[in-house]
Amino acid sequence: MIKVISSGFYSSIQDLGRYGYGEFGVPVSGAMDQFTAKLANQLLGNTTNAAVLEITLGNCKLLFEKQLDICISGADFLPKINGEKAILNKVITIQKDDILTFDRPVFGARCYLAIGGGFQTERVLKSRSYYKSITNVERLQKNDLLPIHENLLPKTRSLSIIKVNAEHFTTNIIKVYEGPEYNFLDLEQQKSLVNTTFTISKENNRMGYRLNELIVNDLGALITSAVLPGTVQLTPAGELIVLMRDCQVTGGYPRILQLTESAINILAQKSSGDRFNFRIVRLN
Amino acid sequence: MGHFNVTYKPYGNRAILIEWPVKIDENILKDIISFKNKIKNNNIKVIVDIINTYNSLTIIYNDTIENIYDEISKLKSIKEQKILATSEQNNLWNIPVCYDGHFGIDLQEISETKKLTIDEIIDLHTSAIYTVYFIGFLPGFLYLGGMDKRLHFPRKASPRLNVAKGSVGIGGSQTGIYPSQSAGGWNIIGNSPISFFNVTSDNPCFAKAGDKIKFSPIDYHEYQHIDLQVANGMYKLTKEGLHD
Repeated sequence: MIKVISSGFYSSIQDLGRYGYGEFGVPVSGAMDQFTAKLANQLLGNTTNAAVLEITLGNCKLLFEKQLDICISGADFLPKINGEKAILNKVITIQKDDILTFDRPVFGARCYLAIGGGFQTERVLKSRSYYKSITNVERLQKNDLLPIHENLLPKTRSLSIIKVNAEHFTTNIIKVYEGPEYNFLDLEQQKSLVNTTFTISKENNRMGYRLNELIVNDLGALITSAVLPGTVQLTPAGELIVLMRDCQVTGGYPRILQLTESAINILAQKSSGDRFNFRIVRLN
Repeated sequence: MGHFNVTYKPYGNRAILIEWPVKIDENILKDIISFKNKIKNNNIKVIVDIINTYNSLTIIYNDTIENIYDEISKLKSIKEQKILATSEQNNLWNIPVCYDGHFGIDLQEISETKKLTIDEIIDLHTSAIYTVYFIGFLPGFLYLGGMDKRLHFPRKASPRLNVAKGSVGIGGSQTGIYPSQSAGGWNIIGNSPISFFNVTSDNPCFAKAGDKIKFSPIDYHEYQHIDLQVANGMYKLTKEGLHD
């Protein structure tokens, strides 16, 4: 078991998502930045879908009740084991009774802790990703006990330290495709979408990011249709909402842009006040 | 079943959006569901989710699609397949609802504004047969068509933060049941003790697109009785098979 001493601002168990239940209204969920979540699992020799702990903006403290191999990837929250600096993107063997802490962001917004064999929290509808009304818990709480694999077979773990391209955290370009209703926009609106530098508002979470800058808009709501993680909706008030991994399966606002898969991962490492520009790319 | 003009377009690089004419129409729904079943029957491994709404199907792939226009051609030929997909049985479900005032907290306001007595509202709400168009918004939230025009009532100007699980509401021309506690802007007229989403089942919602729903009024005593049976897993919903 791993005991949660301090849960942090918002931490949850995530795998790569819950597929196959969209027609029942079930959101996909899954790690917000799947690029670094997968990397942590790969270094450990786990399957990429093994459940990891997603820590948002740090402030988390964990007690290990057993020796275990771990790998930390994604944002740098100054992780320390018993007060000693822990290296990112490297397999580390943690000892029984060790304490792992995550402090505050140096770069990035979401850090991933992968453990050998993956977290063994409840699996509901083929996924361990936390989601309110699907899993019993929706976020980590103080004193939670996170189950681990008890009988792990030895595996080949990578001995290397991987360096993630800094651009994953620093780029201010978010690549998008034209969304299904992009053509409903007039030329001025299309221009201001690519010419405006947008700021992430305080309202940003696993469901979506609301942006501060408005687009002049007289389009109303539409008949309800499907939406996806990475869909950019334009509200009648001219606000842009970028839907993220926990978004609902349907929505009624024009879907003007669609983030590329890697752009969703990049945006997941940004938070309140961060600024970026959209860049429209074409399909192959 | 009519022949509809259907368009196909990429929705990002992991999904394809197929659209029918923009209206709420049972014949369109039938065409959408028949196409959805054909795609399911083709068992295409890379397709992980198929989401239908009033006038669209969104096909979601497990990864970025290599050549999206090839995939679109494949889907077009599946639509032309003649084999009638093992047409899934559709059902008419009977949903008990208690319209007591302590559940139906907006009944009074609707009654005063619409100049209908509360009994007339309940009568209108329980005499219609509703069509399930799709499930969205929340896990197990059914989008229903077929509410009597006399019950159309605008959503609340600002949504309530906590709408109780099971609440039956009216929002504009739509009616529906909140399958879990949630924020919501619909006007609440009653509560159903039925569970609309069961996470332990691989078929987590009993109803599916194309099914029908009928509401039957129950008093508070019956409500408590059914609520207990639902909690113990003893309640059996009543249904009738539907035939075209």
